[in-house]
Amino acid sequence: MYQYNQVDQQIVDERVAEFRDQVARRLSGELTEDEFRPLRLMNGLYLQRHAYMLRVAIPYGLLSSRQVRALAQIARRYDKGYAHVTTRQNLQYNWPKLAEVPDLLADLAEVEMHAIQTSGNCVRNVTADHLSGIAADEIEDPRPYCEILRQYSTFHPEFTYLPRKFKIAITGRESNDGAAVAVHDIGMRLVRHEETGEVGFAVYVGGGLGRTPIIGKLVRPFLAKEHLRTYTEAILRVYNLHGNRKNKYKARIKILVRKLGVEEFGRQVEEEFARIQDGPGKLTQEEIDRVVAYFPRPDFDPAAAEDTTLEARASEDRRFATWLERNVVEHREPGYNAAYVSLKAPGIAPGDVTDAQLDLIADLADSYSFGEVVTTHEQNILLPHVQDKDLHAVWQKLAEHKLAVPNIGTLSDMICCPGLDYCSLANAGSIVISHQINELFDDLDYQYDLGELKLKMSGCINACGHHHVGHIGILGINKNDEEWYQIMLGGSASDDASLGRWIGRALPQQEVAAALKKIVGVYVEQRADGERFLDTYRRIGVKPFSERVYA
Amino acid sequence: MSMLIKNKELVEDTWVTLDAEAPLPDNPNQAVIVPLRRWQAERDALSARPGEVGVQLEPTDDVWAAADDLTAAPLVALSFPKFADGRGYSQAYILRTHLGFKGELRAVGDVLRDQIHHMARCGIDAFAIREGKDPRDALKAFEVFSVAYQDTHPRV
Repeated sequence: MYQYNQVDQQIVDERVAEFRDQVARRLSGELTEDEFRPLRLMNGLYLQRHAYMLRVAIPYGLLSSRQVRALAQIARRYDKGYAHVTTRQNLQYNWPKLAEVPDLLADLAEVEMHAIQTSGNCVRNVTADHLSGIAADEIEDPRPYCEILRQYSTFHPEFTYLPRKFKIAITGRESNDGAAVAVHDIGMRLVRHEETGEVGFAVYVGGGLGRTPIIGKLVRPFLAKEHLRTYTEAILRVYNLHGNRKNKYKARIKILVRKLGVEEFGRQVEEEFARIQDGPGKLTQEEIDRVVAYFPRPDFDPAAAEDTTLEARASEDRRFATWLERNVVEHREPGYNAAYVSLKAPGIAPGDVTDAQLDLIADLADSYSFGEVVTTHEQNILLPHVQDKDLHAVWQKLAEHKLAVPNIGTLSDMICCPGLDYCSLANAGSIVISHQINELFDDLDYQYDLGELKLKMSGCINACGHHHVGHIGILGINKNDEEWYQIMLGGSASDDASLGRWIGRALPQQEVAAALKKIVGVYVEQRADGERFLDTYRRIGVKPFSERVYA
Repeated sequence: MSMLIKNKELVEDTWVTLDAEAPLPDNPNQAVIVPLRRWQAERDALSARPGEVGVQLEPTDDVWAAADDLTAAPLVALSFPKFADGRGYSQAYILRTHLGFKGELRAVGDVLRDQIHHMARCGIDAFAIREGKDPRDALKAFEVFSVAYQDTHPRV
């Protein structure tokens, strides 16, 4: 993985010093809260319902075991012993004290980490498919290109005060996009040029969720790698000058692209791109090679595929076999696997992980996964390279720490924002609904029978839980000071990206899980052989579902 | 006379800024900064004075459309009505890099210590720090970062 050189380290260290000074000026009263707010937001520090929340950047979701241990230590020292994995592969602490945040950041800097641009109207953490370097259908590992954009966008002097936040995601996979590129301000797919075979990027622009969900539009079918920075810069410059600055709810690039139309927007981008494409921002092959070299294939053991113990262990222990089936995915290297660490155990806020669990994950990564750990946008963690022969040991350890619930991809593997329990924007609780769902759907075999079912829940219209692109989406709203919930069906964030449709009026909190039971009941009755929930919905439409819920 | 940061030093501001209607100063040699539209409307009268004339751009002004006027000016002031309004950074980039503007590029308005390092890297070389803030204090902004990922704008 990427290792900081002296410049990287110096930037992060100087940022810590700058923020320490800004905090001191705030605490002394020299800066008003109004003046301090944008400064702290540029560093991922939010003021929530009960306390400050700090969001730590995990570039493209990749961590070393050393970094995971540091995150555990920070959870112990500055928080209440836990942290939360976000839908952009970052990690949040819910209870840091303002005066201690500079020390926390200094601890992060020691392990080549930071909170730079994890909030504010700037380019946020560049995310990648969590199966990068693992999936068999990958054209190329996108993470070196994410790293190039991370460096390019870090403290970019021109693009630090954009009209609104800006999110970029890249997938290297030919199909089954796991990075949700269609719902990003810029989404890129590594593609092979139809005629020349050259690998470059298909660029999508103007996707996003929030109040106005829009699927991104293809703005450039093929972009050569050398132009990664300059083309991104052209998009950012057009957006910075012409994005809406009067109304923050209309300020994202998706609104500009919709207003101009993708053809006109693309024309303006090309016009600017033509001026800069051969300028100093153009990538040299040496620079690309330098960064790619930080992401070598691990030193895989060619004997890994000869293991014969896995099958025997699986046939002896049904619980282990179930975990294998549900939480372990194929690796393109024979004899290796990617093993999910489920952060969706019943009774736990989805995505929460304790300091002890983080330490365990770091140990497992050292023993069994080349010291690498990956966070996923569906709020789980992945051990990316585990040998067949080691899976049983990994499973046992994870199970001891409640991290082996075999529910990846099922109903209870839901995406969930922090909701009213933490967030000052939320209208309704999200975590409480996740608990209800876990109680009502406590039979995992029933969940398996339901197959792939992506449930996504947001506690307010800002849609941090991505409810528009859930096969089932839930949105919390405030109605006469009570928490109510609207349900939508039919969204997807993958190759077949689509936005869900509401089934009808909002429901009170205590009826949400029961309504879900009815919805999946309709699916079970109506599904054709092998049909996923989403496919059945697409075939029969919303009506049978809403009739059942409101009967 | 108010103070200004120019080329990372505190200097006295010798320019007078006029809005759309303010009368011209009695002293014909007094250098003035006028809004772009006023310059375009009163070009002849303003050029007839011996004093220099700078042009102030608002974030909504199109740099490309006014390119000839701007590149001929000795000074362009970029207005930051709110410090979170980042359009001036791109205007600065276009002026310096695409149009080769060599004169003084001055940030005016809600200009604060914590922004001017970025502004400088876009090619802005003069800063009229917001009233009520000590411009001496703002000089510290240039000591914060010694390295950067992007090419810094060549010093003018």
